[in-house]
Amino acid sequence: MNRAWEPVIGIECHVELKTATKMFCGCRNEFGGEPNTKTCPVCLGMPGALPVPNAKAIEQIVRTGLAFGAEIPAFSKFDRKNYFYPDMPKDYQISQYDMPLTVGGIVKYWLEDGTMKQCRLTRIHLEEDTGKSTHAGSGDGRIAGSSYSLLDFNRAGVPLMECVSEPELHSARDAVAYLESLRRTLLALEVSDVKMEEGSLRCDANVSVRVAGTTELGTKSEIKNMNSFRSVERAIASEIARQIEVLDSGGRVVQETRGWDELHGVTHPMRSKEEAHDYRYFPDPDLVPLAIARNDVERWKEKLPTLPCERFERYTGEYGLSVNAAAQLIDNIPLARYFDEVVARSENPQQSSNFVLGELSRLANETGVAVGDSNVTVEHLAELVALVQSKRINSKIAKELLARMWEGGGSPNAIVEREGLAQTSDPSAVERFVDEVLAANAAVVADYKAGKTNVLGFLVGQVMKASRGKADPALANELVKKKLSS
Amino acid sequence: MNAAEIARDVSARRVSAAEVTAATLARVQAVDGDVGAYLTLLGEIARSSAARVDERIAAGEHLALAGVPIALKDNMCLEGARTTCASKILEHWIAPYTATAVARLLEAGAIPIGKANCDEFAMGSSCENSALGVTRNPYDLARVPGGSSGGSAAAVAAGEAAIGLGSDTGGSIREPAAFCNLVGFKPTYGRVSRYGLIAFASSLDQIGPLARSVEDAALAYDIMAGYDPMDATSLDRPVERTADSLRADLAGLRVGIVREFDTKALGERSDALYREAYRDLERLGAELVDVSLPTADYGLATYYLIAPAECSSNLARFDGVRYGLRVEGADVRAMYDNTRAAGFGPEVKRRILIGTHALSSGYYDAYYVRAQKARTLIARDFERAFAQCDLIACPAASCPAFVFAAKSDPYSMYLMDYYTIPMSLAGLPALSVPCGWTVPEGGNLPLPIGLQLCAPLFGEKLLLGAAAAYERATNHALAHPAQIGTVPA
Ligand SMILES: [Zn+2]
Repeated sequence: MNRAWEPVIGIECHVELKTATKMFCGCRNEFGGEPNTKTCPVCLGMPGALPVPNAKAIEQIVRTGLAFGAEIPAFSKFDRKNYFYPDMPKDYQISQYDMPLTVGGIVKYWLEDGTMKQCRLTRIHLEEDTGKSTHAGSGDGRIAGSSYSLLDFNRAGVPLMECVSEPELHSARDAVAYLESLRRTLLALEVSDVKMEEGSLRCDANVSVRVAGTTELGTKSEIKNMNSFRSVERAIASEIARQIEVLDSGGRVVQETRGWDELHGVTHPMRSKEEAHDYRYFPDPDLVPLAIARNDVERWKEKLPTLPCERFERYTGEYGLSVNAAAQLIDNIPLARYFDEVVARSENPQQSSNFVLGELSRLANETGVAVGDSNVTVEHLAELVALVQSKRINSKIAKELLARMWEGGGSPNAIVEREGLAQTSDPSAVERFVDEVLAANAAVVADYKAGKTNVLGFLVGQVMKASRGKADPALANELVKKKLSS
Repeated sequence: MNAAEIARDVSARRVSAAEVTAATLARVQAVDGDVGAYLTLLGEIARSSAARVDERIAAGEHLALAGVPIALKDNMCLEGARTTCASKILEHWIAPYTATAVARLLEAGAIPIGKANCDEFAMGSSCENSALGVTRNPYDLARVPGGSSGGSAAAVAAGEAAIGLGSDTGGSIREPAAFCNLVGFKPTYGRVSRYGLIAFASSLDQIGPLARSVEDAALAYDIMAGYDPMDATSLDRPVERTADSLRADLAGLRVGIVREFDTKALGERSDALYREAYRDLERLGAELVDVSLPTADYGLATYYLIAPAECSSNLARFDGVRYGLRVEGADVRAMYDNTRAAGFGPEVKRRILIGTHALSSGYYDAYYVRAQKARTLIARDFERAFAQCDLIACPAASCPAFVFAAKSDPYSMYLMDYYTIPMSLAGLPALSVPCGWTVPEGGNLPLPIGLQLCAPLFGEKLLLGAAAAYERATNHALAHPAQIGTVPA
């Protein structure tokens, strides 16, 4: 009999921070470039060179911790993680062992149906990135069979955030949603580009399964080599299926590191835990312990930007926007900020989002000018929302107005005033247009009276046309009907 | 000639830096075949530095070390110069940048004469661990110059430089100074930048001068000391100039004599010399007080866990991948093994092994963590002692210079630093100043011994000031000349 299994997943992310300079030296922190051009004695691990920590990187980690509600200990320190690897210049990595910059915290994330979930963080710490090896002479870029390797140390010493989650995710989809939320938050904090394809976000997943309803963790495997969110989802799903198959057939899961094979859609063993390194961590004597000033922490906390999850909850809850609309706004932070300012003035989120995600976004795409940089100020858009909401103009006029505002037309109130575009809701004025139209379309009126009531729309349209769009469409409809049936 | 006199004469244009440099290089030619102080002579760099100094003097610049010839221990980087750490693994390595301390001395007008021999990666107390050369003691060529900064000490003692730069991890400046009749000064940990000093044990290494007088040591220290943004462990606090504050007496000072450091153990003659030194301090106006350092005896054991632990990690980078020696192998692991097996000498390998073990999972708490606790206790002992005294006086080394191969088992060599290690563990400023001569058993030449003075953290001004008073009153250094030619005028 097959038991029901519950997958348990924890995610470890490495994120390259977007600082001006590297973690422990003055070299520029930029992606790419000619190999070994962004290097110096420090990041090349030259004899006698010493590391000096980048205060900006420390600030970015602490701000990230604060965004997730983590605890920021008053003291932290750097440790050396010792192991030999050709692309690691000092043959140790400066990292943090038992006193990370941030402890705990919670990542909230949402699923496609709008359900909010959360996953606790274990810690976030700061370390330095390694260089890159290119294995040559074998043709396929693998180390096996290659006759030599080329090393590029441009990336060596780039500040790297390691963000470790608790094993609290229970499906491949949850894991990806967690990663999406993490990525969005880091973008909002402007601490990283978070691009998996450029390697500024790399992640490993610890996957195990247990009998549903039990609490003890099963034996885990660590999945590596996942190069996109899509491959994270596929790899975890495939690993869960593999482990369940092993367990269902009476086998045991082995603790090991497994690599994701994108091409064949399977994970395969890389190395088992028995071969694990003894990293011989010890406090780096080249670096003094870090005291994190409380007033800095308070200042950074106050200055945190609006976070994606806060926006999501407000947009889908209070504002009643769809999950899709909320995500569209959140994924374009300047647009979300613009939207927030419009709503603050218009107090009409639905109509504001219609304009922002509809006509304005279309114009922005068409012209290549971001909404926030366009001629349409938040004040003017709020005016437009108010004009529509108060029915002083109808949606057709609104669209025309928006096009003119985009061109630099200025205040929609002023245009409406100047050009008399306000909707005509005065019954006697509309009635004049109705009478005009009915008189000019005697044949159609006759059709209507003969039972072809579907011509009503045509007649109302003629009234709108006669009023140059200004007539209140509802009123026009009502008056036409009334006249025809009298 | 002393550094201070050279700087005065060059500044006054009584002699040019070029002439001083030429005379020094000639002296090296004459005696270094016997002494072996240098691994690399910097003839071209020295001559062009001297020309530049003369131009600057002519342009009216004031340079505190104008034309002063200096020896650089070969674990300090000088751009464009071979920098070997006296190791085969770096035998042909050319430094691509200059150490901060060295750059400051050169900026102040000093002339780099050569890169001086040392124990490999500064691990040793006799210079015998050098893989690249033998250095002899200028006072008796059959004996070692001390170590690890033995080449710098020998160069100054033999007149091949006026100031030698050394690095002191557990006594590597003070012990060779004692062996070579010099003043050897280790400042407070963090006073002098370590940037460009090839690390042995990062939490202990400190650069300092070896010189023929306290004034010269103070002069060099004043130039080198001070915060360096390239070294996160360098102290960001004001440095008091010391060269102007040398004292004539010790009135009002309390000097602690350490109860646990019984000089009787050093033999009759040395015992008598140290007792006389303490009496001299008293005669100069100091009050002698009895102080206790109960944990100092654990210094050696503590040091030989912490220093190897740090060195095992610091020396990992010498792997044949990017620079230095590479001995090929079937794969990269084999290349590492072959390179490090061929590149490191036995003492370096021994310490890498000890340190790797001390940091290993399962042993870390028992060794490294406990050693750090012991280190804290030793520092507290000094704090308590310094509540009762202003300075501590004790021997600088366990014996005078010994003959080659006399300390062939590692432990007897480690014991050489018995009196200097506790100060290093506590990060304290300490120096060795000549305090008399002894003819050892089996020897026929008088050998110098050194008195160690130690001050509380940041107490450099007091320490050098007091040492100057003692030096002026006793003048032990001038009692016997080096056995190698005559020092040039
Ligand atoms: Zn760099």
